Amino acid sequence: MSLRDLFAFALAAVLQNRRRSALSLLGVVIGVIAVLSLTAIGEGALRYVTNQFASLGSSIVSVTPGRNETTGGLPQGGGGAPNDLTLRDAVVLERRIPAVRSAIPVSISTEAVSFRERARRAPIAGTTADFERLQQLELAMGRFLPESEVDRGASVVVLGHALARELFDEANPLGATIRIGSWRMRVIGVLQARGQQLGIDVDEVAFIPVASGMRMANKRSVHRIMLDLWPRSDQSEVIARVKELLIERHDEEDFTCVSQDAVVESLSSILGILTLVVAGIASVSLAVAGIGIMNVMLVSVSERRAEVGLLKAVGANPRQILAIFLLEAALLSSAGGLLGLVVGTVLVHLGNLSYPAVEIVPPVWAVGAVLALSLGTGIVFGVLPAWRAARLDPVAALQGN
Amino acid sequence: MIRVEDLWRTYVMGDTELHALRGVSETIGDGEYVAIIGPSGSGKSTLLNVLGCLDSPDRGRYSLAGEDVAGLDEDALAETRLRRIGFIFQSFHLVPRLSALQNVEMPMIFAGIPPAERRARAKASLDAVGLSDRESHRPNELSGGQKQRVAIARATVMDPGVLLCDEPTGNLDSRSGAQVLDLLAELHEGGRTVIVVTHDPSVARRADRVVVMRDGGILKRVPGRDVVDLGSLFEPGAAPGEDAPSVEEAREA
Repeated sequence: MSLRDLFAFALAAVLQNRRRSALSLLGVVIGVIAVLSLTAIGEGALRYVTNQFASLGSSIVSVTPGRNETTGGLPQGGGGAPNDLTLRDAVVLERRIPAVRSAIPVSISTEAVSFRERARRAPIAGTTADFERLQQLELAMGRFLPESEVDRGASVVVLGHALARELFDEANPLGATIRIGSWRMRVIGVLQARGQQLGIDVDEVAFIPVASGMRMANKRSVHRIMLDLWPRSDQSEVIARVKELLIERHDEEDFTCVSQDAVVESLSSILGILTLVVAGIASVSLAVAGIGIMNVMLVSVSERRAEVGLLKAVGANPRQILAIFLLEAALLSSAGGLLGLVVGTVLVHLGNLSYPAVEIVPPVWAVGAVLALSLGTGIVFGVLPAWRAARLDPVAALQGN
Repeated sequence: MIRVEDLWRTYVMGDTELHALRGVSETIGDGEYVAIIGPSGSGKSTLLNVLGCLDSPDRGRYSLAGEDVAGLDEDALAETRLRRIGFIFQSFHLVPRLSALQNVEMPMIFAGIPPAERRARAKASLDAVGLSDRESHRPNELSGGQKQRVAIARATVMDPGVLLCDEPTGNLDSRSGAQVLDLLAELHEGGRTVIVVTHDPSVARRADRVVVMRDGGILKRVPGRDVVDLGSLFEPGAAPGEDAPSVEEAREA
């Protein structure tokens, strides 16, 4: 029996009972859509995060106060820092490590910001002039924080785009004096709209010199020192040097130093594992679909007992009968797989149209895996019915009982 | 030549054992036209199934064209059915989704015969039963007689030496039945061994030889032309062919 004949024979049988075939492959379609869209969302999240970090600049090493035991884990955010990380530390790191182009301290606090009768609470970032280059900030008007000694404060502020809008509407904020907490600050610049970045809306932030920020929050420690490295620097060497210098200054390792790459890497691997887990859960639905196919094939075999008996009578051997029914199951499931792929792709597309911020894309491996899985499902769950058909007693089968 | 010796076939149904064949022995020569007649439950269909390699005897010997068939495995049995035996059933057993031509082609698919040759042979076979104008019809578009003729075309397309027919006219009106019997006679004249299982004396009458079965054994053997009616066949002493006692009777005596 040639492969072509086998195919034609099985296909004719599948098409004979169209409605039942369609219903049985519906399960596979749904399973495939589930796997496809969930992995697409996972992949989309991964790309989103990676892009966000890339926009922060890639060759960054950051130092945060407090020991983070998990190597490569997320750097700690504000608050709860057990030990100080001082402006002096930043200066030392910049001066003593040649690969460091600049060490940029950042302090974060939240204060009431007001201009005349308008007031709101806004995040205040204390930092230095180099932050502009590091974050590739673009100014809508005025200029960013001036170059100066890190420990020298100044009563100047650069406003995020949305914050400027809220305080000044269409009026020109440059040169105006606003109140931040109990301080009076002169606006020297406004940033261009930038949008969300890793959950922080840069447009809402007011940037002031780091020394002012620390005095305002009454803190001795910065939240983070970001090390902007020269291109092609060895990040791990820099991290080792940072540790050496800071341990020398603090007498203990009371800080965490990670490279942006490590953060991206660990986030990626977390998201990758999540995607796999979710895909695994979704593929359970494919197994359920396989049981549906098995059920339909069992019904089909018992309905077509007389036909199986005839096939045996005219000289088909058990292997040929097994192949026919196995191929029928495989045809059903792979048709479901292809249909699911088409519908899933359309759905992913619609998802992208309705929520463009995170572009979701089904990963290539998932497309391949989904097709292989659906085909495999048909074959695995087709074995039992096909085996039954092949083992049927021809005499009983021909009598139809 | 078909030779069976001391065939036993027992079906177990719950507690009861049904002896479908009780030590049947028979020899059918090449090119013979034999009818097996008997009431239902006489074991005639079981004998036909064993002869057709669809069923295996519990005991006994069966040689087909000099080959011991009883010892063959399933694949070899399938191969034997494919090459040497053609089946014709009471209920036709055509595959409903396939056209007449495709139904006739089917055995050749399993034999791995290439499509072009298959098509040509199937057409010739359909032509031989007078249905060349019904090639593309589905079984549900054919009359009973036409269906059985398609089945005959299918049974003969692999050119087997033996045709086994189980009540071939059982579902047909008398005119279609006669057509089918004429075809069988034609095939017999072409040199094939034709074995027909029936309970209809008018069908049995067309055979060279009639084997009368009862209770899983062979009661007697009579020439086909001597068959008058069922009753006379089973009346001991009254029926012609008394001179040809069955093996069993000889043994019991």
